[in-house]
Amino acid sequence: MLEGLLIGLQTAFSLQNLLMVIGGCLIGTFIGMLPGLGPMSIIAIMIPVAISMGDPSAALILLAGVYYGAIFGGSTSSILLNAPGVAGTVASSFDGYPMAKQGKAGKALTIAAIASFAGGTIGALLLMIFAPMLSSVALLFHSAEYFALMVVGLSAIAAFAGTGQVAKALMMTVLGLMMATVGEGALFNLPRFTMGIMDLQSGFGFITLAMAMFALPEALFLVLKPRVAKEGGEGEIKDLRISRDEAKAITPVIGRQSIQGFFIGVLPGAGATIASFLGYAVERNIAPKEEQEQFGKGAIKGLAAPETANNAACTGSFVPLLTLGIPGSGTTAILLGALIALNVTPGPRLMIDEPQVFWAVIMSMFIGNLVLLILNLPLIPYIAKVLSVPRNYLIPFILFFTLMGAYIGQNNATELLILVGFGVCATALRFADYPLAPLLIGFILGGMLEDNFARSMQLYDGIAFIWERPMTLGLLVIAALLVVLPSYRARRARLRAEGVADGD
Amino acid sequence: MLKFDMGRRALMATAVAAMAFAGPALADGHKVVDSIHFLIPGGAGGGWDGTARGTGEALTKAGIVGNASYENMSGGGGGKAIGYLIENADSNHGTLMVNSTPIVIRSLTGVFPHNFRDLTLVAGTIGDYAAIVVGKDSPINSMDDLLAAFDADPSATAIGGGSVPGGMDHLVAAMVMEAAGKDALGVKYIPYDAGGKAMAALLSGEIAALSTGFSEAVDLSNAGEVKIIGVTSDDRVSAAPDAKTMKEQGIDTSFVNWRGFFAAPGLPEDKLAMYQDAIGKMYDTSEWEDVRARNGWVNIHNSGADFQSFLEEQEKVIGDLMKKLGFL
Repeated sequence: MLEGLLIGLQTAFSLQNLLMVIGGCLIGTFIGMLPGLGPMSIIAIMIPVAISMGDPSAALILLAGVYYGAIFGGSTSSILLNAPGVAGTVASSFDGYPMAKQGKAGKALTIAAIASFAGGTIGALLLMIFAPMLSSVALLFHSAEYFALMVVGLSAIAAFAGTGQVAKALMMTVLGLMMATVGEGALFNLPRFTMGIMDLQSGFGFITLAMAMFALPEALFLVLKPRVAKEGGEGEIKDLRISRDEAKAITPVIGRQSIQGFFIGVLPGAGATIASFLGYAVERNIAPKEEQEQFGKGAIKGLAAPETANNAACTGSFVPLLTLGIPGSGTTAILLGALIALNVTPGPRLMIDEPQVFWAVIMSMFIGNLVLLILNLPLIPYIAKVLSVPRNYLIPFILFFTLMGAYIGQNNATELLILVGFGVCATALRFADYPLAPLLIGFILGGMLEDNFARSMQLYDGIAFIWERPMTLGLLVIAALLVVLPSYRARRARLRAEGVADGD
Repeated sequence: MLKFDMGRRALMATAVAAMAFAGPALADGHKVVDSIHFLIPGGAGGGWDGTARGTGEALTKAGIVGNASYENMSGGGGGKAIGYLIENADSNHGTLMVNSTPIVIRSLTGVFPHNFRDLTLVAGTIGDYAAIVVGKDSPINSMDDLLAAFDADPSATAIGGGSVPGGMDHLVAAMVMEAAGKDALGVKYIPYDAGGKAMAALLSGEIAALSTGFSEAVDLSNAGEVKIIGVTSDDRVSAAPDAKTMKEQGIDTSFVNWRGFFAAPGLPEDKLAMYQDAIGKMYDTSEWEDVRARNGWVNIHNSGADFQSFLEEQEKVIGDLMKKLGFL
């Protein structure tokens, strides 16, 4: 391994490859900041450039830089505009956006940058040490376990049901799950619930729905409540720095989530999204009671958790890609295509046949994360200024980026109609005080939940997999605990407050 | 210049294309067509997208076509672009739409209201055979072994694939089992939504075998992860000379997943001949060879009437099979 490290360092520190890291990170962050352009489309655009360079190490370093740069930058629009451009940063908006609204945009961006940096760096460290061993762990997961993992992910919804909104949160979750069934399911080759409308055949797009649920209602809300809109100016960057206490609070969160996120990222098909939801749910559940109430209202832990987890998961997803040749996500699938085009075949033999590629990529991740941090921190005051623009000038920008984001990926004008339609519905729901995040979580997880459940049913001719596979059972028990524990604790606390504490 | 017929919608696609590829090469002596507008029925980064952009790149770099523009029109799993081309036929004489085997399958199931007969057939350009693979440590080494395992316990011998039931990978698996004299309905087919996940399932032992595209199978086999136990080509393919064909193993079936180009209905004869000429000439250029090799495509050129009879044959075979499987 030491030899490999040296080869990696040598390759990664060549002038060309250093430029590749910096260039990739720059492109990734800036494009990633725009809602609607996720890492997948940016990498797809960059591939011809990478391939024309001909050197597989350089190409992969560039593309990997673009990849985690985009994840890094992706949180910016979540935090500032409540417009998550990638599923992996949806959870970052839960607490990031409330922080920005409280005038702590600078602090939120700083926390996001530091959490991302730590998640990425610790992830790269884990990748370096465990990659060869982990490839076999990734294969322990069958469809049944993925189904159970999605259930655990859904339990993140419990985090939104804290304040007497259990019924509302559940309704929104179910609505999201239902919306995930529209279009051609993986089970049947027939369209479902499309009402004969051809544009619904491939289902609702994630970006369209995310914009409709979060960003558009935000803009409409400001229009409908002009008094709030006029105030503006709140985005003044009062406190960019995080205090010693805050640093102390988020350090354990970052530590836990780097590891948890990384291991979830290793599983092909789980990835950054699940990692961020789970990170959020777990941190909320283990937080002390008074802090729990802050989640969703601008808790720094609630921002640090998903931001760390999604970056660590991104790094984790390189394990199955490099050691097994299995892409765990759309983005890594595109990376795999690029590698094959460069005559590098990822798989068990990559580390033996082309160690310079393998190690150079890992080394470049360390450099890349450092570059991103150095690049981002000084820029934060300027980026956060977006919010000091009076709201009535900001609204057109939000609308523009929302509409563009929904259109650009698919070039399909119908997406715009769907966006506006759902956006109006979401605004109404928001006025009625329904939480919208559960809907989006249900929608994102719903498809995977159904597919894996159906596959398991088929493989086991029924639901026997639930008790025949211990890991499935274990995960389902964890999910049940995540849902039950908070309400049990709340109940106990209430009873104790009433002076009838039970027994102990 | 027909390029700007759809300028407004094409703007974004063209901008991306301009970023991705260097501008048109200098037109030299053998230019056949001034410009072609490629209509891609899916989003950026997919198989159709790669085929159209790769073909456009080869054609322009070789100087056969002066200028190529691209438009991604997704929706309806590809049906929207077909409908668009038919409805706006008169203004789309400069447009070529890329498509592949699913146009046959989806027209049969009625997912697409149109079928290939509603379009002008230009040419099938490339293709990929299908293959059945097993994990490298699997006790199965040939189709005979797989069939024996299937006979012993059909329920534990699940075959996975990257398409929905009734989609291409399923049909290939069913076609092979049918030709081997087994009950295609008894095959337990497990669908995965992407090739990578199906591959993970194969390696984890969730499924016994995987029905997949040949070029993907070759990559995986080169990486030492799978054994190819059967290919749906007539003869062995040079990319994997050790992989036996189905026919060699006594299973009389063959299948090609083609990709090709279509034009609007009512395209004038001279224009059609011009496009077919351009595509025909493309195969001899080194530029095409670069693109083809980079993507691992197999040249399978069917022009005009050949294309028509090829599609009709495929429609019949697939249609019969789907009726048998209860999808029609």
